Amino acid sequence: MIYQDSKTLLTVRGLHATVSGVEILKGMDLTVKSGEVHAIMGPNGSGKSTFAKVLAGHPAYQVGGGEVIFEGDNLLDLAPEARARAGVFLGFQYPIEIPGVANSQFLRLAYNTVQTGRGKDELDPLEFDDFVREKMKLLEMNPDFLDRSVNEGFSGGEKKRNEILQMALLEPKLAILDETDSGLDIDALRIVANGVNRLAHKDNAIVLVTHYQRLLNYIVPDYVHVMDSGRIVKTGGKELALELEARGYDWVGAESKASAGAST
Amino acid sequence: MSTALQNLVNQPYQHGFVTDIEADVAPKGLSEATIRLISGKKNEPEWLLELRLNAYRQWLKMEEPLWPNVKYPKIDFQAISYYSAPRPKKTLNSMDEVDPELLRTFEKLGVPMNERAKLAGVAVDVIFDSVSVATTYKAKLAEVGIIFCSISEAVREHPELVRKYLGSVVPVGDNYYAALNSAVFTDGSFCFIPKGVKCPMDLSTYFRINTENTGQFERTLIVAEEGASVSYLEGCTAPKFDTNQLHAAVVELVALDDADIKYSTVQNWYAGDENGLGGIYNFVTKRGLCKGVNSRISWTQVETGSAITWKYPSCVLRGDNSVGEFYSVALTNHYQQADTGTKMIHLGKNTRSTIVSKGISAGHSNNSYRGLVRIAPTAAGARNYSQCDSMLIGERCGANTFPYIQVNNPSAKVEHEASTSKIGEDQLFYFAQRGVGAEEAVSMIINGFCKDVFQQLPMEFAVEATRLLGLKLEGSVG
Repeated sequence: MIYQDSKTLLTVRGLHATVSGVEILKGMDLTVKSGEVHAIMGPNGSGKSTFAKVLAGHPAYQVGGGEVIFEGDNLLDLAPEARARAGVFLGFQYPIEIPGVANSQFLRLAYNTVQTGRGKDELDPLEFDDFVREKMKLLEMNPDFLDRSVNEGFSGGEKKRNEILQMALLEPKLAILDETDSGLDIDALRIVANGVNRLAHKDNAIVLVTHYQRLLNYIVPDYVHVMDSGRIVKTGGKELALELEARGYDWVGAESKASAGAST
Repeated sequence: MSTALQNLVNQPYQHGFVTDIEADVAPKGLSEATIRLISGKKNEPEWLLELRLNAYRQWLKMEEPLWPNVKYPKIDFQAISYYSAPRPKKTLNSMDEVDPELLRTFEKLGVPMNERAKLAGVAVDVIFDSVSVATTYKAKLAEVGIIFCSISEAVREHPELVRKYLGSVVPVGDNYYAALNSAVFTDGSFCFIPKGVKCPMDLSTYFRINTENTGQFERTLIVAEEGASVSYLEGCTAPKFDTNQLHAAVVELVALDDADIKYSTVQNWYAGDENGLGGIYNFVTKRGLCKGVNSRISWTQVETGSAITWKYPSCVLRGDNSVGEFYSVALTNHYQQADTGTKMIHLGKNTRSTIVSKGISAGHSNNSYRGLVRIAPTAAGARNYSQCDSMLIGERCGANTFPYIQVNNPSAKVEHEASTSKIGEDQLFYFAQRGVGAEEAVSMIINGFCKDVFQQLPMEFAVEATRLLGLKLEGSVG
C-alpha cells in the first residue's frame, strides 16, 4: 500500500551484473518505499531472478556497475549474511534441501542469528518451539514440518510455505519473493498469499518476482514493473498486470525499443 | 569454494607441541637384537620373547600391503626407532610421582586426570611414546575385580591371562603391520572384566607420540568374561614434525557369552601440514571376537587426523546371536588419505551386524570406505545392514566406497545403502540468506550428516568429536 509518510527503503541505480561472464542486468533502476508491494514481471531470461539473487548477494553473480542503497547504506558492501541480518529476505524459487538437519534447528539458528545481529534476545529451544508453532498456524502447516530435514522430500507447496514461514520468523524489512507462486496448486497459492498479506505492513515492503498475473489476484501490487533484457522497461499500476496477461510481453519490448530508438 | 569455507576446514592443528622430556630411545633399526633389547628392557618372560621373534620371522617373509587406496613413499623400517620411553624410568605408585612436565602436556591435551579424572568418572591409562605412564583409578576398579593396567604390567602380574588371550584374535602373522606390532610392541593397555561385572565407569586411554623418528606400536587387549560389560575410550594426539611417524597398533577384544564391549576412538594424530608434509601413518589392526553366545562388540570411531589412515575395526561373530556394530566418521582434509572401514565375519547362527560409515572429504584429500561382510555357510539367519555416506567439501577431494559382500548361506539378509552429497555454494548461500555464516552452516550440515555416529559416542567424547570437526553441538537442550 502507498503511504504518504513512507520512507525510501531501497534505491537501485544503473545496476549491472554478470554470471559466468554473461551480462544479465544492464542498467536496472528501482525505488521501493516502506509499505509498498512491487511486482516484477517479464519474459523468461529478462533478468528477474538474477536481480533477486544479486540483491541477496549470491556469490555466483558479479556486480559490474551501479549502486544499491538499502536504508541509507551501500548494500553491495555487505556479505550475504549481513544483508539478511539488515532485513533483506529472499524467498527462493527453488528452496535448497539440507539432509540431516532438522527444520526446527535450522529455523532456530536462523532466527537467533538474525535476532542477535539486531541486538535482540535469542530464544531457547522451548520458547522457540512455542513461537514457531504460532507462526506455522498462519500458513496452515502441520507441526511435523519441524522434525523433518530442511526441505528434504518436501512437495513444491511445502517448500514455498517453508519459505514464507522463514519470512514470518525473520521479519524482514524488504522481502523479495522469487516465483513464490510457481509449483503451487490453487489452495496452496491462497494459503501462501494470505500469509504474505498478513506479514505486510507499513514499515516493510515486498517485491514479488513472477511470470503470471494469477498471484497478483491475491497479493495486490501497488506497482507492476516489466523487465526486458536486464532492465525495467515499463512501470504501471496493478492494471498493467492484467494487460500483460491479455497481450503478452512482446508489445512492451517493442515499445521500449521504439522509445530507445527515438531518444538517440 | 568460498574463502570462509576454506578457512574453516584449514584450521591449524592444536596439539603440535613437543614436550621437553628426556627420553630413553633405542637405536634405530629392526633386527632380532632390537627385539631382544625391548624384551630385555621390560624383563619379559621367555614365551613373550618367543612370540615376538616368531612374529618378526613371519614379518620378514611378508609383503607390505599395496591394495589400500593410498599413496606414500616406501617406509624404511631400519630408519625407525622401536623404543622410546620418558626418562627417568621407575615404577610409579601415584600420579604425584609423574614428571610434572608430562602432566602439563596432558593438561594441554585436555586429558582428564587427577581431580578432573575423578570428576569425570573416567579411569585413564596414558601411553606416552611407547610406555604407559600412569593408570588412574586402578584400586577402585580392583574392588570389583576389574584389571586395568598397562600391558607390560599385565605381563608381569597376570601372565596367565595375557598368554591365554594375546594373539588369539589377531594372530601374530595376521598381516604385515600386525606382525610388525607383535614383534616390537612396547606397551599398551590391558583390561579384564570378570564374569558378571558391569564396569562402573568408562575406561580411557590416551596415546601420544612425542619423539621424532619413533614408531609407536601399542598393544591393547580387552577381555570381557561371561555377562561382563565395558565401555572403553581411546584418544590420540602427536606433535608436529616434518617427517612421517609410523603408528602400527593392534587392538584385540574378546567377548564371552552375553558380554558387551563398546570401544570408542577419537583419533587426532597430526595429519601433516596443508602441503601434505609430515604427519602420522596410522596402520592399525583392530579386531573383536564375539566368542560367546549373545555377545556384542561395538566399534565407534571418529578419525580426523593422520596423514594416512589404514584401519578396519572388525568383528568376528562366532557365538550364536552375537552382534557386531561399526559406526565411523572419517574426516580428511589437505592431502590426507584414509582407507578405512570394517569387516563383519558372520560364523554363528542369527548373528547380526550394523555398519554406519560417514566419510567427509575436503581439500585435496582422498577418503575411501572399504568394508567386508562375509556370511559363512554356518551363519543361518545372519543379517547385515550397511550404510555408507560420503560428503564432499570443495572441488578437489575424492570419495570412494569399496564394499565386499560374500554370502554363503541362503537364509542370510544383507542390505547395503550408499550416498554421496556435497556442501555446495547454494547450500551455504541459503544459510547466508537466513543470516547464518559459512562456519556455522558447515557445522550444522556436518553435524546433521554425522548424527547417527555421534549418538553412539559417550557424552564427553561426543563433545570432543563435535569440537574436533569444528562444530557446535546441536541445540542446547539436554
